[in-house]
Amino acid sequence: MTVRGLIALILLVLATPLVAQTALPPAPYADRQLDDPRLEAKARDLMLTIRCLTCQSQSIADSNASMAGDMRSQIRERIAAGEEPEAIRTWLIDRYGDWVSYEPTAAPILWPLWAAPVLLLGLGFVLMRGRIRRRKGKV
Amino acid sequence: MIAEAGLAALWLAAALAFLQLALVWFGLTTDKPDLLSAVRPTAVMQGVLTALSFALLVTLFLRSDMSVALVASNSHSAKPWLYKFAGTWGNHEGSMLLWVMVMGIAGAAVALFERALRRDTHMATLGAQAMISLGFYAFLLFSSNPFARANPAPPDGQGLNPLLQDPGLAFHPPTLYLGYVGLSVAFSFAVGALLTRNVDATFARAMRPWVLAAWILLTLGITAGSYWAYYELGWGGWWFWDPVENASLMPWLAATALLHSVTVLATRDALRAWTIMLAVVAFSMSMVGTFLVRSGILTSVHAFAVDPERGTFILGLLALYIGGALALFGLRIGTVREGAQFELVSRETMLVVNNLLLSVILGLVLIGTLYPLMTEAFGHKVSVGPPYFDRIAGPVALVLVMFMAAGPLTRWRKDQAQAVAGRMIVPIAVLLLALAAVSVLAWGRIGLLPFLGLVIAAGVAVGSLAPLWKRNLRRTPLFTYGMVIAHLGCAVSLAGMAADSAFTVEKLVAARPGETVTTAGWTLRFDGISTVAGDNWTALQADMQVSRRGGDPIAIHPQARFFTSPPTNTTEAALLTRWDGQLYVVLGQEAGEGRWQIRIWWKPLVTLIWLGGMMIALGGALALLGRERRGWIQKLRRRPAIVAAA
Repeated sequence: MTVRGLIALILLVLATPLVAQTALPPAPYADRQLDDPRLEAKARDLMLTIRCLTCQSQSIADSNASMAGDMRSQIRERIAAGEEPEAIRTWLIDRYGDWVSYEPTAAPILWPLWAAPVLLLGLGFVLMRGRIRRRKGKV
Repeated sequence: MIAEAGLAALWLAAALAFLQLALVWFGLTTDKPDLLSAVRPTAVMQGVLTALSFALLVTLFLRSDMSVALVASNSHSAKPWLYKFAGTWGNHEGSMLLWVMVMGIAGAAVALFERALRRDTHMATLGAQAMISLGFYAFLLFSSNPFARANPAPPDGQGLNPLLQDPGLAFHPPTLYLGYVGLSVAFSFAVGALLTRNVDATFARAMRPWVLAAWILLTLGITAGSYWAYYELGWGGWWFWDPVENASLMPWLAATALLHSVTVLATRDALRAWTIMLAVVAFSMSMVGTFLVRSGILTSVHAFAVDPERGTFILGLLALYIGGALALFGLRIGTVREGAQFELVSRETMLVVNNLLLSVILGLVLIGTLYPLMTEAFGHKVSVGPPYFDRIAGPVALVLVMFMAAGPLTRWRKDQAQAVAGRMIVPIAVLLLALAAVSVLAWGRIGLLPFLGLVIAAGVAVGSLAPLWKRNLRRTPLFTYGMVIAHLGCAVSLAGMAADSAFTVEKLVAARPGETVTTAGWTLRFDGISTVAGDNWTALQADMQVSRRGGDPIAIHPQARFFTSPPTNTTEAALLTRWDGQLYVVLGQEAGEGRWQIRIWWKPLVTLIWLGGMMIALGGALALLGRERRGWIQKLRRRPAIVAAA
């Protein structure tokens, strides 16, 4: 057996528990709302800004993927236990990286995005003002 | 044989495009004007050949000819015929052939029906159209041949992605492509006008119907796509700021701006350079969108490496056409005079503000869509999604719709600020009333953006109708009605969006057969689960009875479908539409102990989103019809005079 084959075999053995996990029943709060509507709303607002990692461009709030269900359940349980949404977001980012959060304030690398509207509007305004003034000058 | 004939037709069409370009080139640069008389027949023939090629591919799909690789990997003999038919463009090669066919037919239409344009500009336009087509022919023939044979031919195909197996597939992509590619006509017009130094009001009047037609189709395509995603994905969302959606929104934003600036050019002979620029940008956005979607770069920068040939090819085309057009723009725009002047308070300024805000939104969507690609190139994966786009583009869009209401109430050339404010008293009063009403009803319970959306929608709806006041409604031109309906459609759509995000009620339950659930005035009785089978799927179906506030029970049957080829699960939501909203019920997974997950949403006024979209398209259609009819009537009046003079 080649080294590569051996590694593959080891990986396969190690992967078995992961495969078995998907056969488990869905996490308890994947599709069950919290009893307190205020906490549920808090959880839902957070879920809308967390990316489903196994889907294409969907938040975990609207995905059928089992992983999204697990993450929804995690979020609801943590919210019910009294954790703040931003603390949960930080925890998720620590685990999965910045990619998991749609919230553009979360990572410093995204801060330039907030300058974009100001710059674009400013540029447009300057262009427009210059034009109208120049036109007036001609008249 | 059919596949080979299709490929041959495509090669012939490509050769004709080359001929067309050469004819225009030599016809315009040498003194052999005879060459130009062959241009129009060439363009028409090219359109016919691309249509033939596409029809042959459709035939192959309908016959389930598995010896063709594309059919084998995207179709299956057990599919209903509608999906065999629509499956023709539910894949990369087929959709690119659709693109090329639309482009060929658009070119033929410009050759046949365009009469208002100066002859040399018309010819240069057809040359530009041939030039763009050539690139896409090359792309199709060299890296995406839809007619390639599979050897050996498989016994049956792999089937179509079940999410696409929906009547929506028959309507949404072709409409969108007609819109995307329709903008290529505006692009060619702009190039033609720059080449022949012919940018004026007459040119704008000739270009306007083409822009309008493409814009109507884009609007319809986006509206249909949004509703399709809404009912098919099973979570009640209707817009995800998905890069693929953004790719369709960007050309629409540019086309909307172009539509308004071309009107300024046609009416007042102002904004010449800007209109040409927008025409270039609009089709550039179509191509950028196609590149983003077709190259696979969107899912990940790394997906790009899976098929670098295609991605590089489209990227090359993009650089060539956009770069070429911008270079031409830079060279020639100095010779285009600025056009007529205008005052600060005037319809022109209003339309410039419209263009400015639409361009800003376009810029924001473009930056937001590309930003993750840029950071990923530096090794940092981030997501830019709904929280960013909603918060950034939302407020700009709200300001934009307020200007949309004010614009038509402002006079061309010069107006008084006080007079404009006077005409807006009623809309502003309605806006304040709505502010009071929504504050009392929902203050503190809904987000700021939906709150403002509801208030502004009310004011803008009334403001959109204001241009019709004190007018003789029977003598008001059709295109004015078109504008009013389109603007009203924006307000209607905005109201739907705001109401949906403000007032949606969500209920997730795990119910046993026989149990009853109540939410938002609805009572739902879950009777049990049965199994059903379709042509190529089996499904678990929930049998339910719903009634509203003690009314008659109605049977609904949400399904969880399982498709065999390829193996995929989809949800079929049960939708009940009422005048004030929609009930949306989805059957989820089994939850153990005989319970089933059921998701229920009551979505107040959500259908207004798509009703508004259809009104916008209808308004565009009326405007197009109104302008064209006026042209026909003028022509008819002139004709007897010519006869008499003869």
